[in-house]
Amino acid sequence: MSGKIATREAYGKMLAELGETCPDLVVLDADLSCSTKTNIFAKKFPERFFNVGVAEQNLIGWAAGLAVSGKVPFASTFAVFATARAFDQVRNSVAFPNVNVKIAASHAGLSVGADGASHQSIEDIALMRIMPNFTVVVPADGPQAALATRLVYEHRGPVYLRLGRPAVEDIPASVPFVLGQAQILRRGTDATVIACGTMVRESLLAADDLGREGVSVRVINMHTIKPLDQAAVLEAARQTGAVITAEEHTIIGGLGSAVAEVLAEAGGAVPFRRLGVSDQFGESGEPEELFERYGINARHIAAAVRAALAGKR
Amino acid sequence: MAFPKKPDPAFLAKQAVVIRKDIVEMLGTAGSGHTGGSLSCVDLLVCLYFSEMNHDPQNPAWPQRDRFILSKGHAAPALYSVLARTGYFPLDKLCTLRQLDSILQGHPDMNKTPGVEMSTGSLGQGLSVACGMAVAAGLQSKKAAYRVYALLGDGELNEGQVWEAVMSAAHYGLSNLCALVDHNGLQIDGATCQIMNLDPLPDKWRAFGWHVLEANGHDHAAILAALAKARLEKERPTVILAKTVKGQGVSFMQNQAGWHGIAPSLEQVCSALEELK
Repeated sequence: MSGKIATREAYGKMLAELGETCPDLVVLDADLSCSTKTNIFAKKFPERFFNVGVAEQNLIGWAAGLAVSGKVPFASTFAVFATARAFDQVRNSVAFPNVNVKIAASHAGLSVGADGASHQSIEDIALMRIMPNFTVVVPADGPQAALATRLVYEHRGPVYLRLGRPAVEDIPASVPFVLGQAQILRRGTDATVIACGTMVRESLLAADDLGREGVSVRVINMHTIKPLDQAAVLEAARQTGAVITAEEHTIIGGLGSAVAEVLAEAGGAVPFRRLGVSDQFGESGEPEELFERYGINARHIAAAVRAALAGKR
Repeated sequence: MAFPKKPDPAFLAKQAVVIRKDIVEMLGTAGSGHTGGSLSCVDLLVCLYFSEMNHDPQNPAWPQRDRFILSKGHAAPALYSVLARTGYFPLDKLCTLRQLDSILQGHPDMNKTPGVEMSTGSLGQGLSVACGMAVAAGLQSKKAAYRVYALLGDGELNEGQVWEAVMSAAHYGLSNLCALVDHNGLQIDGATCQIMNLDPLPDKWRAFGWHVLEANGHDHAAILAALAKARLEKERPTVILAKTVKGQGVSFMQNQAGWHGIAPSLEQVCSALEELK
């Protein structure tokens, strides 16, 4: 049976569950605990929850101090503030000293919706992936977000966990969820869509449509952007001959760029398209409206696959 | 040799001179670095590392040790000399400051230098980290397992993050946290009162809910008295606003903003060492 839950909600519930068996787990928030869902942990373990108020730079510093003292801090706020506003703190107090801080940020991407461009983080994957020592994880649905939360807790070193605001349908996955290992959800042969986050479901819908046209599409859930599963990318290019990336993020510096880097360095070019926000800011609207406006939904993904297939011939 | 030691004024005075000489020599050899602000905080570091703090250079990871963060990371030469002189690493490392492959980077790197608790250098970040450490000290039991000290520059107080940290430390009543401000009155571009006025500084900290102490930052007895008072405070974090002189100990460097970010020439090293005898 398929469920529907926001990745932030699955994260919050898993934190509260982990709190029972992980005494070193500490959770911090910057006045958004009701939205990031860290309030579930806060209610259960008030002595291990710290709200630093609307002060994201300080939030990251506190987390670094707790981490070097042997705790495993999860610091949460909106993605746009956790990464862009506190970037220097993340760089100098977390990434460079390589301390065990987990930045779990919600409301990433356009699907924040009506709050508009100021709150739509479309640069965070790029910002976090350029820093040495960081692992960057983007779960595609609630169950994955819960699993990812546990794996991120167990992983030693700085991690960025990207979470979303809206409830998303569960994605049927028969392959295990392992950090750093791409999940091949469909074993297609004509083209590959490599997606992350909300775009994984859109890619599956596109693959369904294309399947009805007789096009066999491979769909890869690239939930770990860094370290990138390069073998899965190269194998997809070799076996399917066309690659399309889809992300709820600017096409500059995110998943699409990461895949492009691997493909370009390997040589043997294949038709390649990046779907994402194309070098512009978002605006207010419902998530579905925004996905359509900015060209990142099943319809656009299917069109990109068709264009890539035309390029193959 | 574990610390703290019983404060012996003559011993501390001697160490302060030795460390000032180290700083001048290290920076002269390196050919770059921050001389003025390293010299101004020497006496604060001497009091902390030779007398006040619980720490064991033979066991740098001892869980119960007091923590120190040099938030004004550009004063790294002062910290490195103190760490070497207390036994964290051999003295001959000091002359490698700022060189390729050195354990002594231009700004503190916790993964390269034994005894450095946190990497710093980008101003304004140390006090937030100190808050995290201070709160961690009290997570296991009601009584904090150790104390946390953070040394900030006065120019550094221009950074907004400092005041975020100040607010949060008071809110959580982190009484095992002690900030020290190396208040030498000069920042890179000139006097703090001209570049970005800090006055009334004690009132600001008080208004944020801190226990505020003022001391002459070159008077060891006064510094130790303030540190002892800070230890007795059980409700609030303490700040020691230490009035200092940038370039303290070397006449031609004293109170000169120009000595913030430059190293002495060989000639200047020689005359400085002569003065510090």
